[in-house]
Amino acid sequence: MRDVQFPKQVLLVNGLVPLAMLGLDAARHKLGANPYEFATRATGILTLLFLILSLAVTPARKLLGLPWLAHFRRLLGLLGFAYGVLHLLTYLWFDKVFQARAIAADLARRPFIMVGMASFLLLVPLAVTSTNAMIRRLGGRRWSRLHKLAYLAAAGGALHFYMLVKADHRLPLAFAAALGILLGYRVLNQYLPGYTERAKVSARPPRRA
Amino acid sequence: MLIKPPDPIKSSEISDPAALLSRRSFMRGAVLAGTAAGTALVYRQFATPSQASRAGEAIAGVLPAAEPIQEARTSLEAITHYNNFYEFSTDKRAVASRARKFVTSPWTVQVGGLAHKPKTFDLDDLRRMFPPEERVYRMRCVEGWSMVIPWIGFPLARLLDLVQPMGSARFVAFESLADPRQMPNIGTTVLDWPYVEGLRLDEAMHPLTLLAVGLYGATLPPQNGAPLRLVVPWKYGFKGIKSIIRINLVETRPATTWNLQAANEYGFYSNVNPAVDHPRWSQATEQRIGESGRRPTLLFNGYADQVGRLYSGLDLKANF
Repeated sequence: MRDVQFPKQVLLVNGLVPLAMLGLDAARHKLGANPYEFATRATGILTLLFLILSLAVTPARKLLGLPWLAHFRRLLGLLGFAYGVLHLLTYLWFDKVFQARAIAADLARRPFIMVGMASFLLLVPLAVTSTNAMIRRLGGRRWSRLHKLAYLAAAGGALHFYMLVKADHRLPLAFAAALGILLGYRVLNQYLPGYTERAKVSARPPRRA
Repeated sequence: MLIKPPDPIKSSEISDPAALLSRRSFMRGAVLAGTAAGTALVYRQFATPSQASRAGEAIAGVLPAAEPIQEARTSLEAITHYNNFYEFSTDKRAVASRARKFVTSPWTVQVGGLAHKPKTFDLDDLRRMFPPEERVYRMRCVEGWSMVIPWIGFPLARLLDLVQPMGSARFVAFESLADPRQMPNIGTTVLDWPYVEGLRLDEAMHPLTLLAVGLYGATLPPQNGAPLRLVVPWKYGFKGIKSIIRINLVETRPATTWNLQAANEYGFYSNVNPAVDHPRWSQATEQRIGESGRRPTLLFNGYADQVGRLYSGLDLKANF
């Protein structure tokens, strides 16, 4: 693909569509009886969704033989981070009205809040080091090792979701299953690289044939 | 032949004539708009359940509430479109549309167990036997939100008196309908069906304990537990079992659905108590639907004067 700028714009616009809809529905009082709960839940789900999509880029690009998919990974991750910031803000604002003591008490006593907060904090260094300059400064190897944290953050997010649900665990389990598959691919890729890359297999034989 | 342009464009509006004429930029605009519209539709599909629902029918001759509480009533729209009724959906906003074809007439309720005169009642008979009264109660959900609901119903005690409990009866067990043909979620294992609940006999006989048949002047809509549900205003909302088909007087403490689901989180009593947290979240405050910010939660949901004596000497932390 020669021009990746436009596809990136398409992704950015589409990634922000849910936020625009959320804002529009909020302005029209169409978020339902409990708009605060809905906004928190929606931003949380979108965070997990975009994190998982960003983690799916590398397996998808290798399995499908579409190297240009790599261009979208950073934007997907940043969209996930942006929704994560909004999700955290809804909790701080609606649920705790920015009361430092109530938040501290929650963190100490409620494991699901702790897991959620820790997962969010893991994303901060990843967002900070997402610029080209930072990648150069860290060096590719160190940068990619650091960005493995995205798996931990997404797994923490799925766990956070699982822990807060009252009885219907289907959606958090679906996120966990998706993550499990992506992580499984990574493990497979580590030990059996020949089986996980469609393009290379057809292009040239495995090195140690 | 002369063709006039349909919309004359002022020269000041033209930033880059080449780009405006470019087929490429037009295509790009179309792709952006088209995909965004598609994403918006997908979002709607997941985030906005249908608003369709079935309204109740007006109930005549309702006795007005004796002591209406001073807090504003929650809107009918909110009460009927934000429901925990897991037989239909675990999405509170989707229950109303999923339940709108629920058949609630004819309906019978079997009342028996340790009773001298057990009987199966037709719901229309129950409505005739007990004149409907309005009761405006706070409703506090275990999830941390609350409403003020103008129920219509009659005290459970009057029905129990009619079947004459035996001396050995110490608890009351309730059971909901579980009909897989009408209730789409019964096929899942989210909860053990049918939904069951229970009260101590003295709690069941308390004058505040209501069997509701309506709200806001009309019969209950399906999503609120039509045609007959329990309302125990000093307990968390899940104790208010919906669409009741069986009421049994029993000697030992009956099983209750949420207690079976997670015994460490949902006790048999489940009295509203700001000092006893849910293991995963605080119960000290609540989100009153229709308000912003959070209110402090009251002991026994504000009904301590009326029901406190039921629990004198009971350790409320151990018996949550």
